[in-house]
This record gives sequence, C-alpha cells and structure tokens, in this order.
Amino acid sequence: MSVAVVKLGIGNTASVLFALERLGVRARLTDDAREIAESERVILPGVGAAAHAMALLEQKGLRGVLACFTRPMLGICLGQQLLFDASDEGDARGLGLLKGRVTRLAATPRSPAPHMGWSKLLSLRPHALLEGVREGDYAYFVHSFVCPESDATLADAEYGARFPATVGQGNIMGCQFHPERSGSVGARVLGNFLALPW
Amino acid sequence: MKGVRFADHVDAGDPAELARRYRDEGADEIVIYDITASAEARSVDFKWLEQVSRALDVPLCVAGGIRTLAQAIACLEHGADKVSINSPALERPDFIDELARSAGSQCVVVGVDSRLVDGAWRVFQYTGSESAVRPAERETLDWIAEAQERGAGEIVLNCMDSDGVRAGYDIAQLRAARARLTIPLVASGGAGSAEDFAAVFRGADVSGALAASVFHSGRVGVAQAKAAVRAAGFEVRL
Repeated sequence: MSVAVVKLGIGNTASVLFALERLGVRARLTDDAREIAESERVILPGVGAAAHAMALLEQKGLRGVLACFTRPMLGICLGQQLLFDASDEGDARGLGLLKGRVTRLAATPRSPAPHMGWSKLLSLRPHALLEGVREGDYAYFVHSFVCPESDATLADAEYGARFPATVGQGNIMGCQFHPERSGSVGARVLGNFLALPW
Repeated sequence: MKGVRFADHVDAGDPAELARRYRDEGADEIVIYDITASAEARSVDFKWLEQVSRALDVPLCVAGGIRTLAQAIACLEHGADKVSINSPALERPDFIDELARSAGSQCVVVGVDSRLVDGAWRVFQYTGSESAVRPAERETLDWIAEAQERGAGEIVLNCMDSDGVRAGYDIAQLRAARARLTIPLVASGGAGSAEDFAAVFRGADVSGALAASVFHSGRVGVAQAKAAVRAAGFEVRL
C-alpha cells in the first residue's frame, strides 16, 4: 500500500514512519503534490504551530491536494487541528474539511498546559478507525490547543475539560493523540486506518 | 512514569533492549540521557537513537549535549519525540526560544540540576562529569520560571541532594517549583521505593516522576511503582 506522510517542517515524523514500519508499511515522507495525490493513504503529522504549518502547506502548494483528496486521510495532533476551518493558534485558516475553530486548552492548577501524557479515550462511537479500541484505553497526548466538538467526534479525552480525542467524517480522520506513540492502542488505530475498506 | 538510562559511570546495558523492556513493564515515556555529552562537548549518537526509536511505541525524549537547532532537529529526524536541554540552555538561554519557535514548545524539555546551597536552591551545570560540574550562578526557581517564559513545554527538575540516595524525591523543592510553573513539572532524583513514587505525586503535585537507577538495579519494577501511584488514588495508565 502506498502511504504518504506529508513533510511539513520540523517534527517527530520519524516516529510516525517507524510506527508504520512496525505495521509492515514503508511510507514515504514527501511534500510532492503529485506523489501525495496518487497515494492510497495520506497522513498529516503534527508539526510545530498551526499558522506556520499552514503557511508551509500553502508555500508547497499542498492545500488543494489535501482538500481534494478522496481516499482516507489521517491528521495527527496538529494535523488533526489543521483539518478544521480555523485555529486560534496564530489565527490560522485551516483546510476547512471539518467545521469549527480550534481553541486554546485552558491550563488549571490540576492540569498544567501543554497536556503531555496519557489520557483515557472516552465516549467511543462505533467507527472502523476504533475497531478493537475499548472505552478507557489510554492514548498519549501532547498539545496546547483542542478541536471543537462536532458530529465528527469519534471519542473524547479529558484534561481540565473534555475535547475530541479522535474525529472522522467520510474519508477525513484525525487523532489529537499520537497513535505512533500510544503503545498497542495506537498501533491498533493506525492499523485500522490502513485497513479501511476504500 | 519514566524509565531512564544514564549513559553513566555504570553501563546499564544496550539502550534499545532496555528501552523495550521498560516499555513492556509499562513505562509511559523513555528518556535517554547521554549525560556526559555536554561535559565532553559532543552531541547524542544518532545511530542508537534511531535503533531505540524503531523499537519503541511510547514517547521518547533524548538529552545530552544538544546545543544547536540543527542538532535538535536531527534528534527529531532520527526518532526522538522531544529533546531535553540542560547545560546548553544555561550557556545560551535564547536557545530555548529558538527551539520552541521552530519545533514547538511540546518538543522542548528543559532539564535542571539543582541543590540547596546556603539556604537557596541553586542550578548546577555540566553535572555529567565530576571534573566539569560547576554552579550556574542562578537560583533554581527563577531559572525554571524563565525557561517557561522562553517557551519550554516541560521542566524536569533533578534534585541533586536526593539523587542516587534513594531516600525519596525532594518534595519541598518540587512543591516550590510546582508553585512557580503553569507547564508540567517532572520529578527526578531520589526514588528508592515504590512508595516514593506515590509520595511525590501526593506531596508535590507533579505531572510525572522520572527514575533511573532504582529501575536499572531491579530494586523497584516500573509496574510496581505505577501500582503504588494508582493505589494512592492517582490516575495512571496500568
């Protein structure tokens, strides 16, 4: 299977490539519009800040390719946030594939921000991406911003407040957590993504 | 809960094998310290970093002599999820800002080695080598607040007075540090029993507890430490 991991700048993309490798898939790290367009799966990894990442996507001429992609696409962490209309982080305009605005996670004395750690997946909705994942399974999060709740939410997590841990609408999917670093639960989600009937 | 290898005075074994073992025991994050790197003016070895990362499906943080943006990026490109900087941040505090701006605060951990001197907690530098270690002329609580201000996403506070003594974490110091921060604080130095892990979450409200020798020696297992934390009423992934 051809999997493109979008090369956006500085980030833990190697971890994503290694996780796919453990699932038997040799993904390509690329910013080539044509290569991305022709891939069977696209992964948009979490890299840096929203405004900067969107500027890079525009510069590389990738906005159109991603917005028009019809096979399964998975945004990870910031990658999930970029799927939405807009973000408060640098007042960035997103890809607009999902409705709503990304907002800052409020730090509280009980929940220092960024949220860095393992949290439970809650209120799971039935979806092929979450096949075999159970209510209360832990996933690893690292983020300062959260996506808005919508019909696209597939599961929540809670840290200070509740927010979407994973989203899906048609071919567009996202994880606020890092499946590449979420142990067997994360591997399961990535495996499900690769195995989606499409 | 974090497992650590100090590439130290004692060789704790093959890093990839050890990292995988701690992962299997339930470590929530693996931190690899090449602690003599800074004192020896070199950076981490990318070959073993990549080996460890390939084998691991939990977060990986690396530390050791990372003093340029290019080195930090190279760490991320070889499979690190976060980089931890200590002495280089003291040499040039702007490095924290630069790293946070380019890679994002979530990638930037600032490690601080601290001990009580004349009634105040003070920062020490080049602690990886007995001949190079020296005071950094900064007070710990001011330095961690500055690091946060500059864009650090997490502080790992290694309390040197308790490090290696195995008499428990330095709860007074950690509690004082917690009060100065809005970002996560990770406790380091002093774990000697499973109960010490529960005590530091209870006493200092830290976001994580890091330990090395107590795990390497087999004195406490990662699962055992986590069970003690859960039994004390804290949420922890088992």
